[in-house]
Amino acid sequence: MKTLRHSFFCLTLILVAACDAQEHGPKISTPNTIDYSYEIVADSIDIPWGLSLLSSNDFLVTEKAGILYHVVDGKKTAIKGLPPVYVRGQGGLLDVAHSPNYEEDGLIYFTTSSPLGEEKGGHTALYSAQLKNDSLINTSLLYKGDYNTKKGQHWGSRIAFDTEGHIYFSIGDRGNREVNPQDISRDGGKIYRLNLDGSIPKDNPFSATENSRKAIYSFGHRNPQGMITHPKTGQIWVHEHGPRGGDEINIIKPGKNYGWPIITYGINYSGTPITDITEKEGMEQPLYYWVPSIAPSGMAFSTSDIYPKWKNNLFVGSLRFEYLERLVIEKNEVVKREKVLDSIGRVRNIEQGPDGFLYVGVEGKGILKIIPKS
Amino acid sequence: MKVISLFFVSSFSVLCLFIYQQKPLKQSLVDGEEIYIDFCMQCHMTNGEGVPGTFPPLANSDYLDDIDKTIYALKFGLKGPITVNGKPYNSVMVSQGLDNEEIADVTNYILRNWGNSTEEIITEERIANIQK
Repeated sequence: MKTLRHSFFCLTLILVAACDAQEHGPKISTPNTIDYSYEIVADSIDIPWGLSLLSSNDFLVTEKAGILYHVVDGKKTAIKGLPPVYVRGQGGLLDVAHSPNYEEDGLIYFTTSSPLGEEKGGHTALYSAQLKNDSLINTSLLYKGDYNTKKGQHWGSRIAFDTEGHIYFSIGDRGNREVNPQDISRDGGKIYRLNLDGSIPKDNPFSATENSRKAIYSFGHRNPQGMITHPKTGQIWVHEHGPRGGDEINIIKPGKNYGWPIITYGINYSGTPITDITEKEGMEQPLYYWVPSIAPSGMAFSTSDIYPKWKNNLFVGSLRFEYLERLVIEKNEVVKREKVLDSIGRVRNIEQGPDGFLYVGVEGKGILKIIPKS
Repeated sequence: MKVISLFFVSSFSVLCLFIYQQKPLKQSLVDGEEIYIDFCMQCHMTNGEGVPGTFPPLANSDYLDDIDKTIYALKFGLKGPITVNGKPYNSVMVSQGLDNEEIADVTNYILRNWGNSTEEIITEERIANIQK
């Protein structure tokens, strides 16, 4: 019996090791020829977390440590009047985005780790504001997660818009995976949907559910740090950090449960299992999952004609392997993965500008613009 | 005489403990492990092995020989090229927003694990004294 148990243990170890080692999906490739270069359009930013491009020479960048930069023609100005930013662990000033009606309303939206509230610690908050003379005015708190915690992990948070007047944003599980992601009466581990003025849409999936947070749009998430509206379907695409292995891409549907931590393709950092199942009825399967984890951050589709070979491809930053990943997706299946800007540094963010160029946030560097070689 | 000096020594120790509120090493190591898991492990990994080429190891790490430099990095962040165990790294570690007690705890924990060892007990006061 003892021997049997021992062999079983060994077998489990081997299986776990094998799972960890084997790359899932198409193998990441490196192009034979590099037909692009880059230029730095904003420099000296430690963690350029969020980026909102108003035009090719006018954009907003968040520095995680709590600075909002307005960059015009390469010159950075720190914007005054930010609400309190709780800099702790992975938390700080997070994403920034401008309103789809920016020409008319002049609104910017941003997410931050916030110490507001009665308990010690912090949680993710979403604000709107306007810019005037290098200051924020009409700053309005649209949503604040609770309950606060001193945990440093998993704040989310990315922002996206649909074409029907909604804003979406994410909050990670806040380091409490056993409680938050599966409980819709609590914040954390969720994608949220609000109207652009911060009110809660009447047709949100849990608006009639008793004892629920009505702003929740989907749940069962770990730590989503990439969100983009699909340019053709208008659906909200999200990726999230898995544990060790099991980073995921999901298409977000209202009211759905994305399974964390009941189902996952990942394991604990220590190598021990989290769960022995990867699928369950009533829980969504990812469109794609990464094993090993690339630690994804930022997400964009390239839709312009500036990079003809990359048209309609998905781009995702890799914090862990320090490159930008290009994913070719056909019929919602990842068929090719390629390294762009290999060994560039920790890629925190990727956006397509209104000029069609791709802009990349790299830690310790700043914002890079990818230039095709003609 | 012996009894009296013992009395003085113990009163003095209790007084010191009271003034600095220094927690016992055992408790510091327990709290330090929790901080490590929450704030450090994602990059430096479960056994302090780091990620080759990206995140330097804490296990058997020669960078930790200079304790004040280690504390400085934890308190204020670290960026630019460094060499750890003969290998080059060039990345950014930002300040994690930990308070002095938390930095003392996690430093005690790191200095006593994965092949590292020290006789020194890092106190909250020592962290407070390290300035930019």
